[in-house]
Amino acid sequence: MTRRFSSFNMVSLTLGLAFLYLPIAILIIYSFNASRLVTVWGGWSLRWYAALLEDSAMLAAAWTTLRIALMSATAATVLGTMAALALTGRRRFHGRTLFAGMVYAPLVMPEVITGLSLLLLFVALDVDRGFWTVTIAHTTLTMCFVTVVVQSRLATFDRSLTEAAQDLGATPGRTFFLVTLPLIFPAIAAGWMLAFTLSIDDLVIASFTTGPGATTLPIRIYSEVRLGVKPEINAICTLMIATVAVGLTVVSLIGKRNAARRQRAAGAPL
Amino acid sequence: MSAGDQQRGGRLTVALPYLWLLAFFLVPFVIVLRISVSETVIAQPPYLPVLDWSQGLSGFYDFASALTLETYRLLASDTIYLLSYLKSVQVAALSTLMLLALGFPMAYAMARAPRRLQPVLVLLVILPFWTSFLIRIYAWINILQRDGLLNDVLMALGIISQPAAWLASDTAIYIGVVYSYLPFMVLPLYAALEKQDESFLEAAADLGCPRWRAFWLVTVPLAMRGVFAGCLLCFIPVVGEFVIPDLLGSSESLMIGQTLWTEFFGNKDWPLASALAVVLLMVLVVPLMIYERLQQRELDGARR
Amino acid sequence: MVRFDRVGRRFGSVAAVDDLSLDIAANEFVALLGPSGCGKTTLLRMLAGFETPDTGRVLLDGKDISAVPPYRRPVNMMFQSYALFPHLTVAGNIAFGLKREGLPRGEIETRVAEMLALARLTGLGERKPDQLSGGQRQRVALARSLAKRPRVLLLDEPMAALDRKLREETQFELMELRRRLGLTFVIVTHDQEEAMVMADRIALMDKGRIVQTGAPAEIYERPRTRWAAQFIGDINIIEGRVAADGSGVATDALGLLRAPVPAGLKPGDAVVLAVRPEKIALATSGDNNVAGTVSEVGYRGDKSLYKVAVAGGLSMKAAVANAVRAGGPAMGLNDRVTLSWPADAGLVLPP
Repeated sequence: MTRRFSSFNMVSLTLGLAFLYLPIAILIIYSFNASRLVTVWGGWSLRWYAALLEDSAMLAAAWTTLRIALMSATAATVLGTMAALALTGRRRFHGRTLFAGMVYAPLVMPEVITGLSLLLLFVALDVDRGFWTVTIAHTTLTMCFVTVVVQSRLATFDRSLTEAAQDLGATPGRTFFLVTLPLIFPAIAAGWMLAFTLSIDDLVIASFTTGPGATTLPIRIYSEVRLGVKPEINAICTLMIATVAVGLTVVSLIGKRNAARRQRAAGAPL
Repeated sequence: MSAGDQQRGGRLTVALPYLWLLAFFLVPFVIVLRISVSETVIAQPPYLPVLDWSQGLSGFYDFASALTLETYRLLASDTIYLLSYLKSVQVAALSTLMLLALGFPMAYAMARAPRRLQPVLVLLVILPFWTSFLIRIYAWINILQRDGLLNDVLMALGIISQPAAWLASDTAIYIGVVYSYLPFMVLPLYAALEKQDESFLEAAADLGCPRWRAFWLVTVPLAMRGVFAGCLLCFIPVVGEFVIPDLLGSSESLMIGQTLWTEFFGNKDWPLASALAVVLLMVLVVPLMIYERLQQRELDGARR
Repeated sequence: MVRFDRVGRRFGSVAAVDDLSLDIAANEFVALLGPSGCGKTTLLRMLAGFETPDTGRVLLDGKDISAVPPYRRPVNMMFQSYALFPHLTVAGNIAFGLKREGLPRGEIETRVAEMLALARLTGLGERKPDQLSGGQRQRVALARSLAKRPRVLLLDEPMAALDRKLREETQFELMELRRRLGLTFVIVTHDQEEAMVMADRIALMDKGRIVQTGAPAEIYERPRTRWAAQFIGDINIIEGRVAADGSGVATDALGLLRAPVPAGLKPGDAVVLAVRPEKIALATSGDNNVAGTVSEVGYRGDKSLYKVAVAGGLSMKAAVANAVRAGGPAMGLNDRVTLSWPADAGLVLPP
C-alpha cells in the first residue's frame, strides 16, 4: 500500500495545528509576564499566580465549579451509560426514537436555548436556583456526551462475550458487572472526563440556571474579561489548562495501555 | 437476583435516563413555548397569565384565553430581530464554509499520515477542545486587541503602519468561530476519510483516472457523510452562539444568541426571550432533523 | 436425552427454524450441517437458551427447558469467536463458570489445573487470551466450556478460525476427548468433511427444516433427495424417467441407464439418476457405459477429476484415484473415453 503524504498535506496539517495551539501558547506565556500591561513583556514572574491566591472570590468560584463538575459528571456518567446501554440493547422499547432524539439533540442545541428552557423549568417548579440547579443542568447536557462515547464502545462490543458469561452460569446482572462493565470501563472513564471538563467550561447554561451564592469560575472569568484583559485571568486560565492537561495525560496513559493490549490481541498470530 | 429483578434492572436502565431527559430536556421546551405566548409584567415571575389549578377547569379557561401572540407580533414588527436572525445564519453559514475549507485539507492530511502517527494527530486536534471554550476566546482577545500581538507582528513586518482595530468586528467573530469549532469539523471528516481504503484510489488509477480526478470522483463522494456531519455539528450551535460574538464582536449588530441574552438578562423580558428561542428552534429544526437522521443511521450502521 | 419437539422460531417473516423435531441420545455426537442461513445456529442457540422457540418445546432429560434461562441450563457452549474474556487470564476464564457455581476455592483450583492439562495448556494459566496463538485460544474456549462438566457440549463452528492443518489435528483431539469423557456433543458446522469425520450422526438442514438424519456414510451414500445428494460431496445428476421394465432410468440422451429403482415408483415417473464421480471408472466393464470426450482435467494429486462431454450436450464428472505413481493424469484433453459404473452405484431420486 502506498500512502503518499504530500508536502501540501504537510503544510495544511502544520498550519492547522499551529492555528489551534498558538493562541493558547501565547496566553500561557503571558500569564508569566511580570508587567501589569498585558502586552508589554516585563520578564518572567509568578506574581499573577500569587495574586490569584489572594482573590477569595475567584477561589470560591473555583471551588463551586469543581464541586458542580464532580457531582454532575458522576451523575451524567451513570445516566449516560444507562442511556447508551438502552440504545444499544436488543430490547426494543416504546418511544425509542424520541429517546434517541433527546440524547443527540443537546449535543448541538444552542446553549442559550438549553439554558433558558431549564431556567424557566426551575422557575415554574419554584425551586431556589443555585448549586443544585446548575448541577442538574450540567448533568442533563453532559450525560448526552457520555452516552455517545460509551455507545461507540458498545457498538463494537462482541455480544458473544455476554452470552458466554450467561452460558457459564452468570445471571444477566452478574454478567454486566463481571464482563460488560470491566470491558467498557475505559469508555466510561473517558465519558466522565469529558463531562467533567464540559461542566467546568460552561458559561451560558450556568449563567441561566445559577442563583445567588453559586457563581462558577467561567461566570466569574466572563465578568472580568468583559472589563478587559487582566494578567490574573491569564494565570487562572493557565491553571485550568494545566489541570485538564494533567487529567488528560492520566487518561491517555490508561488508554495507551489498553490500546497496546488490544493491538497485541489484533497482532497475535491466529 | 431473580429473573424478575433482571427485568426490572433492564427496565430501569431505559426508564431512568428517559425520564430524566423528558423532565429536563423536553418539558422545559414546552414551558418555553408556553411563556412565549405570555405577556410581560413587572412581577415575580415576570409574565402573565399564571396557570391557577385551584380554579379547576375555569382557571384553565381563564389561563388559555389570556394567552397572546403579542410577543410574536413584536418580533415580526421590529427589524432588529429579523436582522439578528439573518446575521446569525449568515455568520454560521459563512464560517461553516470556512471551517470546511480549512478542515478538509487537515483531515485529509491526517488520514494520509503514517498509521502510527494518526492517533497522536487525533489527540492533538481534540486537545484544545478540552481546554475551556471561554479561555480560548479570551486568548484571542489577547492577540486581537489594539495593542495586541497581531498588530505588533503586522507592524513589525511593515504590513500595516497603524494598529488596526481587529476586535469588536465581524472578522473577529469569524476568527473566533473557526478557531473554536475546528475540531468539530476535522474529526467527522477524518473519521470518514480514514475509513477509505487506499485500494479505491489504486483501482481508480488502474482504470486510468488521474490522481486529482480520483480525488474528486472517489475520495470526496465517499467522504460526503463526514462533510454533512461536520457542517451540521458546526452550523447548528454557531447559529445560537453567544460567547464568541459577545466577547469578540461589535455591539452594533447582534447575533440572535446575544439578542436573546440581552432580552432576558438586560430587559427581563422573559416572554420575548422565549419567543426568540422558539423562532430560533424553528430556524434550526430542519438541520436538526438531518443531524438526528445521520446520528441514528450511524448508530444502526455501527451495530450491524 | 435432548429432544426438540416441533420447535419453530421466526425472525420477522423468515422462519429460521420451522416445525422441527430431533432427538439426540446420551453420549451421541450429532452434527447440524447445512448451508449458511439454514437455521442450524438458531437450533443450537435454542438448546443453549439464547433463543426461545416461538412454538414447540426443547426437552432435556424429559423436562421442558424452553423457558429456562441460559445461566440455569446444564449445557455449555463453545462459541465460534471463542468469546474469551479479554480482561481475565486463561485460568480466570476457565474458572469463570465454576465460580458462578459457588464451588470452594480449592476445588476450583483443582478443576482448573485439570482442564489446563486436558487442553494441553499447562503453564499458560496466567496468560491473557491476547497473548495466545489461535490454536491455544481455541483450546482455552474448549476447556472453559468443559470445566463445568456439562450434560451437553455445544460447539458453534469450533474450527472456523483455524487453518486446515490445525483443523484436522483438532478434529481428532475432539474425538479422543469425547471418547474419554463420554459426553453428548452437538456441533454446528457448514463443513461437511468436518461433520463426516467427527459425528456419529448428521442432521442435514435446509431452510429451517431437517432434510435427512443419519450416519455420515448413510447421508453420503443414500441421500434421500436431490438437494441432499448435491449438498454433500460432488455428484452427477441425469434427468430421466423410470424405464418401462423397471431396470433403471430411461434418458433421452444416454438411453437406458441401469440402476436399482426403489419400490413405489412406477415406470414413466420423472426421476433423476445420481452417480458420485468416484464411482465412475474410465473403462468399458460396467453395467452402464457412456462414451464421451474429455473436456477438462483437474489434477488433484491423490486423484484426477475429469469432466467429460457426453451425448446430448451433457457433461459428467469422473474422479479417478491416482493409485499408480505416474507423471500426471492418465488421460488428456480431448481424449475419447468411456465412462462406466455398476448399476448399484447409481441412486434413483425424485426430481
